[in-house]
Amino acid sequence: MIPELGHYALMLALGLAVIQGLMPVVGTSSNDDVLIGMAAPAALAQFGFVAVAFVALAVSYVTSDFSVLNVYENSNSTMPFIYRLTAIWGNHEGSMLLWVSILTFFGALVAVFGVNLPAKLKANALAVQGWIAAAFELFILATSNPFLRIVNAPFEGRDLNPILQDPGLAFHPPLLYLGYVGFSIVFSFAIAALIEGRIDAAWARFVRPWVLVAWMCLTLGIAGGSYWAYYELGWGGFWFWDPVENASLMPWLAGTALLHSAVVMEKRSALKIWTILLAILVFSLSLIGTFLVRSGVLTSVHAFATDPRRGIFILTILVLFIGGALSLYAWRAPLLKQGGLFAPISREGALVLNNLFLTSACVTVFVGTLYPLALEALAGQKISVGPPFFNLTFVPLFIPLLLAMPFGPLLGWKRGDLVGAAQRLMAAEMLAAVAVAAAFALEHGGPVVAPFGVGLAIFVMAGALVDIAERTMILRLPLRAALRRAAGLPRSAWGTAFAHFGIGVTLFGIVAATAWGSERIVAIKPGNSVNIFHYQLTFDGMFDRSGPNYRDAVGHFTVRRSGGSLIGVMQPSRRTFPASNMAVTEAALMRRGISQIYLSLGDSNLSGAVPVRLYFKPDVIMIWWGAALMFFGGALSLSDRRLRVGAPKPAKRIRAALRAAG
Amino acid sequence: MILWFILASMTAAAIFAVLWPLGRGPRARRGGSDLLVYKDQLREIDRDRAAGLIGDAEAEAARLEISRRLLAAAEAQPKGAGKAAVAASPQSLRRKRLAAILVLVILPLGPPSLYLALGSPDVPDQSAFARVNAPSGREPVAALVGQVEALLGRNPNDGRGWELIAPVYMRLGRFGDAVEARRKALELNGETAVRHADLGEALAAAADGIVTVEAKAQFERAVAIDAHEPKARYFLGLAASQDGNSKKAAAIWRSLLDGAPPGAPWVGFVRKALARLSASSPIATTPTAGESAKAGADGLAAATAKPGAATATNPRVSASTASAHPPDTPRTSVSTTPSTGSTSKAGAIIPRNPQQ
Repeated sequence: MIPELGHYALMLALGLAVIQGLMPVVGTSSNDDVLIGMAAPAALAQFGFVAVAFVALAVSYVTSDFSVLNVYENSNSTMPFIYRLTAIWGNHEGSMLLWVSILTFFGALVAVFGVNLPAKLKANALAVQGWIAAAFELFILATSNPFLRIVNAPFEGRDLNPILQDPGLAFHPPLLYLGYVGFSIVFSFAIAALIEGRIDAAWARFVRPWVLVAWMCLTLGIAGGSYWAYYELGWGGFWFWDPVENASLMPWLAGTALLHSAVVMEKRSALKIWTILLAILVFSLSLIGTFLVRSGVLTSVHAFATDPRRGIFILTILVLFIGGALSLYAWRAPLLKQGGLFAPISREGALVLNNLFLTSACVTVFVGTLYPLALEALAGQKISVGPPFFNLTFVPLFIPLLLAMPFGPLLGWKRGDLVGAAQRLMAAEMLAAVAVAAAFALEHGGPVVAPFGVGLAIFVMAGALVDIAERTMILRLPLRAALRRAAGLPRSAWGTAFAHFGIGVTLFGIVAATAWGSERIVAIKPGNSVNIFHYQLTFDGMFDRSGPNYRDAVGHFTVRRSGGSLIGVMQPSRRTFPASNMAVTEAALMRRGISQIYLSLGDSNLSGAVPVRLYFKPDVIMIWWGAALMFFGGALSLSDRRLRVGAPKPAKRIRAALRAAG
Repeated sequence: MILWFILASMTAAAIFAVLWPLGRGPRARRGGSDLLVYKDQLREIDRDRAAGLIGDAEAEAARLEISRRLLAAAEAQPKGAGKAAVAASPQSLRRKRLAAILVLVILPLGPPSLYLALGSPDVPDQSAFARVNAPSGREPVAALVGQVEALLGRNPNDGRGWELIAPVYMRLGRFGDAVEARRKALELNGETAVRHADLGEALAAAADGIVTVEAKAQFERAVAIDAHEPKARYFLGLAASQDGNSKKAAAIWRSLLDGAPPGAPWVGFVRKALARLSASSPIATTPTAGESAKAGADGLAAATAKPGAATATNPRVSASTASAHPPDTPRTSVSTTPSTGSTSKAGAIIPRNPQQ
């Protein structure tokens, strides 16, 4: 009965989505407060019923109810609890339900926390949210229904794809979806503003927290996916320019641009038209990502099932929403008034530059991802666009962006002083030069450009520090006064500094790990050793180990310093899952400071000798720490008091806030 | 009955949630406005000025810009907003009534008709947990399988053990293991028509229900030993239909039905297959979503009987079975079937290192 309740709840949610999409629009156009007031309860109720559906599916998964086809196909009663739970979104149908759950969750958040929003903007945004939800709920019910049943339930399920039986599944998809779907709210706000025909600086302020939340989650989701691929797929790479990865990178790039252009719109009422367009584009890119991944156009770990009907359905949703949004934009945008003026060299100018480079980078990724597909579809020719293309196009676009990045926060609004900024960045520039020299002196081999990459990373990091030092005047004022200034800085300033610093950290990790990493691929016999960097690994032999639903063939390796002292043991394994009769490789990672030794067993066991891939990845962990810093910066910015301006608060707190501000 | 009662209450709750604001009558419009944002921005200019983020002249200009926006926003503020709205006009009453009617049409009609089309109200929950605790005294299957596997591990020449566990593997969907077990049973217990047919069936199940060349050879061997072996004959018909030769398939199945002993349990099943064949020429009929659940179910409940149908109706099932193959094993004769699409796609499921 539980799956049936979930099934029906989803259908009710569809009905509510239709109501949520209709009533507020009628209400705002006829200025009817009663109908406008229906938006929030409809959004809340819709979320409630989608949540019931999701929980029902979760119960079916956790209790291994194989009378549900979706559970039978993707779960197994021997799996540990955590995978029985995460298996919900380890398949197409369930992950679409998660998608809609998050979509309606955001709708409910707007309904509850959007108290500072103008009523009409809120109602229209919720209506647009209702259309999106209705489209995807219809998609689920029509082509990807997770609640279909089996009359005679089989005893045992088919098991989850072993690659997905990993803690990464608990974090990566939900975070990524929070990002993708979070941008749907921004899209809804953009459409709502266009419908109403009023787009002003306040709009950017209202939208800012939603952009931030989506961007933060997307950042962490992408980084998590990258780390997961790094340790699970067994060949030590962290980014492959795989179309599926690109599908998540494109909204991130456009979202980062939106985050910055929204600041200009908010502060100076400039770039309005552009910001609205970006808001539409970011979600469009999320939808295109969903289409690419879910339609079976691409084959990858993410394409759970390929069914042309689904592809066509998503394509229809895509065309309707993107086409509709862009038409509305083309119709309404010319009505918008110009905003504030600014000189080319100014904070605004710097943010425009940022947008220019980020969107160009996004376009190159778009071309690199879709051109091969289009070519295959039109000319039947198969080409592959890989790292060389992106190294030649994406990287050159990012270098000037990163070079300009530390200048941005140091430039004044309206008119900035570039020379002054360069002077204030002197410390960062010198530090970067020293880093380049040091890298040349210390490292051998590796590409010639690598030390410059390190220099750039240091420049970006130091630039973020300089920004904070300048604002707190820590070098000019006594410490006490500087600390007071630091406490008085808006949190968004700290957020900017942390996020920019994080970019530098990630860049450092990428440069170091790709340029100076070492790799050994050997077939090794028990008793033999292999050397890498300053370490020596001795292969002691293989042994078997069994887990809850798998068997491991484990290789036992002792790790020593080249000098001889023992460091530890590494145990990579080949893991076989009898339920699905599939095998995966479980790499062993050993952290050395911020570097890693990476060891994975090869695909087949030769007679006596075991093929192993052994990597030394210097500073590789910084890549993901950088992402975590970006997330933290976003969170700081999100906690900024100003984002809640206009939210009703008790009078006492307002007075206290005023006192604090004054 | 309880189910219908709960579904009805859910519908009622949904209706109430959206009708409730209609009943509240006109109220003051809540919500923030742009004014507050601009007022805060004016204060922010001072803060930026103090932090040296904006020059004096620029700060003055910016203040002017924001003040202008503030004035514009104040003018645009609808009159009377924030206060209680005027008494309900006849238009607003009409709109309200229309909205209520719409809600009362969409919610009580839409979801229930969808549910009648897609739902399966009669299928009981069958969680593995509940089944373990069921009073039938059945031990958890996994434990039983484990015991037999342990026995066979010690004594791999126990032909009876292999014969015993093979159907369990089939039922569990572990077709690869089922093939091994039936092969062993055939080897150790000697050749019979039934054993050949069983092995062929396992092979076909492991290949997504496609009767491969290898499986076909088993069925042909079975028929050579016993021309009346029904399972082998059924699958030979299936093989013909998968080759696109519906006529031959129909002929085989018809003769199978003609020679059926009275009360044979598989008669109805073969009849259905025959009906499907004549209904639409290729076997790959595309059923509706509701049917697909049932077909998937049949395919499993009796992996013994109808793996072909499972393939045709449910690509997801087939794709994951296919991945049960070690990736490098060459497949036999997938090209003979009309539903090759599902097998070639199966490769995609197995993640491969592009650099390997």
